[in-house]
Amino acid sequence: MSEHQDTVALQHQFDDAEQQFEASALGMWAFLITEIMFFGGLFTLFLVYVSAYAQGFAEGSRHLDLTLGAVNTVVLIGSSLTMAMAVWSAQVGRRTPLLLFLALTMLLGLAFLGIKVVEYTHKFDQHLVPGPGFRLESPVANHVQLFFSFYFAMTGMHALHMVVGVGLLGVLLVQAWRGSYSAEYFNPVEISGLYWHFVDIVWIFLFPLLYLVARHT
Amino acid sequence: MIGHRVAPAVYVRVFLALLLLTGLTILAGFFDLGGGRLHYANAIVALTIAVTKATLVVLYFMHVRWSSRLTWVFVGAGVFWLLILIGLTLSDVYTRPWIPALPPWGISPQ
Repeated sequence: MSEHQDTVALQHQFDDAEQQFEASALGMWAFLITEIMFFGGLFTLFLVYVSAYAQGFAEGSRHLDLTLGAVNTVVLIGSSLTMAMAVWSAQVGRRTPLLLFLALTMLLGLAFLGIKVVEYTHKFDQHLVPGPGFRLESPVANHVQLFFSFYFAMTGMHALHMVVGVGLLGVLLVQAWRGSYSAEYFNPVEISGLYWHFVDIVWIFLFPLLYLVARHT
Repeated sequence: MIGHRVAPAVYVRVFLALLLLTGLTILAGFFDLGGGRLHYANAIVALTIAVTKATLVVLYFMHVRWSSRLTWVFVGAGVFWLLILIGLTLSDVYTRPWIPALPPWGISPQ
């Protein structure tokens, strides 16, 4: 890397690249904490209502497609691996693997969203979307409807984060293509990775809570 | 060198562990682990596995294991406040059935 690029990559307020790197990561963590609290509120509410309306929530959970949910979990965990590998590629300054792993991560993210679209379509077809179109023969239909309100609110917010993540990956791809990253400077790759892994963690909790908690009953 | 460099083999092992735990949580979901008595047994097992998976992701994929102490403080603060949010709320909601309903306010008509 030339001397000129070095000065471009290192902002003047930092002592060295390592300090700049840590500051970026720390800033991302500060943002992720607000995200933890945001999703944490939704999870808390869910845990309150799942105990209050156990029967209705169990019935709602059984309407979800466990296979598609499980496949999506594997897809997302796989995308976390490719994202981690993208960061590694950037760290060792290899452009081609970086481009490859970023593209793979993006592809897996899009696959996740595609499967989510299939699941949502099924729910619309089965009239399980909360609102005036909701139809279900059940003594606890109202509680099932509440379950689906949670389902769409939580997976919807998660999917929105995925869309943002795919957008971030698009930016990273363009930047990596232009050769903006090197072993000395790849902060955007690292902190986008942090974001991507966080979205993965949200799904790690969503999957058992929504799809599994009532399978045995 | 910027940041701690993790060997790809470590990432692959973490990935395999996550897959294994995903299989385990699905398998556990089909059995009534509380034997019909312990109401929350399945939820506790599912959440324990989820917390384990999340810990793996945070420590390895998110590099926290090799991060500065300041990062640890940030992450720890996030988890701490999350536990306050969930713990204090649920300790109220889940324990209410333990106490028999109180009589309404006012002077009893005896």
